[in-house]
Amino acid sequence: MDIVVEHLTKRYGPQKAVDNVSFRVKAGEVLGFLGPNGAGKTTTMKAMACFIKPEEGDILVGGYSIHDHPEIIKKNIGYLAENNPLYQEMNIIDFLEFVAKIHGIPKYLIPERILDMIRTCGLEGEKHKLIGELSKGYQQRVGLAQALIHDPDILILDEPTTGLDPNQIVEIRELIKRIGKEKTVILSSHILAEVEATCDRILIINNGRIVVDGTAAELRKQAQGNEILKLGVQGGNIDHIFESLFEIETIDSIDIIDVDKQLFEIQSLPNTTSVKSIFDTCVRNNYYITELTPTEKKLEDIFRILTLH
Amino acid sequence: MKQILHIASRELSTFFDSLTAYVLIVIFLGFSGFFTWIYGADVFFVGQANLNTFFTVAYWSLFIFIPALTMRSIAGELKAGTLELLLTKPVSDWQLIFGKFLSTLLLIAIALAPTVIYYFTLWAIGPVDHSAILLGYVGLLLMSMVYISIGLLASCIASNPIIASLAALSIGIFFHIIFDVLASNFVGLIGSFFSYMSLSTHFESISRGVVDTKDLIYFFSIVFFCLFTSKMILSNRNL
Repeated sequence: MDIVVEHLTKRYGPQKAVDNVSFRVKAGEVLGFLGPNGAGKTTTMKAMACFIKPEEGDILVGGYSIHDHPEIIKKNIGYLAENNPLYQEMNIIDFLEFVAKIHGIPKYLIPERILDMIRTCGLEGEKHKLIGELSKGYQQRVGLAQALIHDPDILILDEPTTGLDPNQIVEIRELIKRIGKEKTVILSSHILAEVEATCDRILIINNGRIVVDGTAAELRKQAQGNEILKLGVQGGNIDHIFESLFEIETIDSIDIIDVDKQLFEIQSLPNTTSVKSIFDTCVRNNYYITELTPTEKKLEDIFRILTLH
Repeated sequence: MKQILHIASRELSTFFDSLTAYVLIVIFLGFSGFFTWIYGADVFFVGQANLNTFFTVAYWSLFIFIPALTMRSIAGELKAGTLELLLTKPVSDWQLIFGKFLSTLLLIAIALAPTVIYYFTLWAIGPVDHSAILLGYVGLLLMSMVYISIGLLASCIASNPIIASLAALSIGIFFHIIFDVLASNFVGLIGSFFSYMSLSTHFESISRGVVDTKDLIYFFSIVFFCLFTSKMILSNRNL
């Protein structure tokens, strides 16, 4: 099922949480939704899950509009809300049974589906406990189980790994990857590594608008730009080294990172490389290089550049 | 319809799991039993084979209990965030409202059920006006429906369960007493308007054994108005 978001606008009072956002998610795609807090990720996801109605715009899920056929869309969506709300006073099996019934799963299939979910989400040891007695990680698994129980075509997960320990995060990521092979998955996060590890496509949203839409590799490429080198040079006075480096024509700027260790950050002019010239300069002046590392811009930096202004 | 039943049965089991239901039933039966058989204007004191005393006690205690039952219905879900869980499942706003309404009504019916023993006991003691007692129960259920719907509406308006409960009580008190008091202070059109608005007028006429469509219209129109408004508030959520 494809999801088409068209000119989505949602206001809270005078403030626009989402401002004219349009994008498309193809069936079978795993889309990562990134953005700082309050960027509009959750609002967009809530609208997709038919929990809130946008003032303007429409979302089409498999051709059905959220305004006209929310009941059909809801049947095909598995949704894990941001704070993972669950009925704390119910036990896991009763809760999953309730969700299964609400989804209209035939009675004879329900026990099988519940067992399947308990196994998939690793809840075997806890299945008779009350949800309120579970740790946050296990509650998150119950949240995933309730989102998956009716085998939906589309999975919307709002920050699925918050509050989990590193092992659990890896497990949940594996689970999402496995699910993502067959289903359309949209997940939001502000942890970039997570999105990079699990998603085919990344959408960065800031102040209610989409700022980037592409794969992680594309993003990197886009922000890569000039060559940046971390350089350590010894064998001379730091000021002299600085001056002689500055004479190299392809170098755009030099920053001193560490005076004691004589470390520099060197940025070359667009489409040039300064590695050879640096080496030649050092040889000429009898300096020796202690370090020379090309710095790759991390996704974190790109994210910061795009969302800070 | 199925969704309504699933929601209602889940809600009902929550009442029992959280002991709310047991507390309600024990207090209700204790109160009504005490005043019907042991103390004050009890059956033996009055010397008539009717359950008027019981109906009066039930009329008051349900008025107080129902807001405590309905206060969490929407406000509690909103506070815990489970409203989002529920409404992103294939459940419409109407189904949710009706499910909540039905669960509380069922709980009241369960609380009233054991008091049928009073009726049989009375039957053994003397000649009983069967239709009056039957309609007394119908009246109690109709009255409960009104207060449940008011409670639901209050729970939709207030985001805090305690405020919802107080709001339901303060709206309810108009129908329960204030309109009646006003009716006795005014004459003519205004007087009859307040008299019509007062719930006790209609409850008394039904529990006397007379079913008038006017009474039924009164009960059902309040229920409809409250549930409809609740649905509208829920649908216009901006969360």
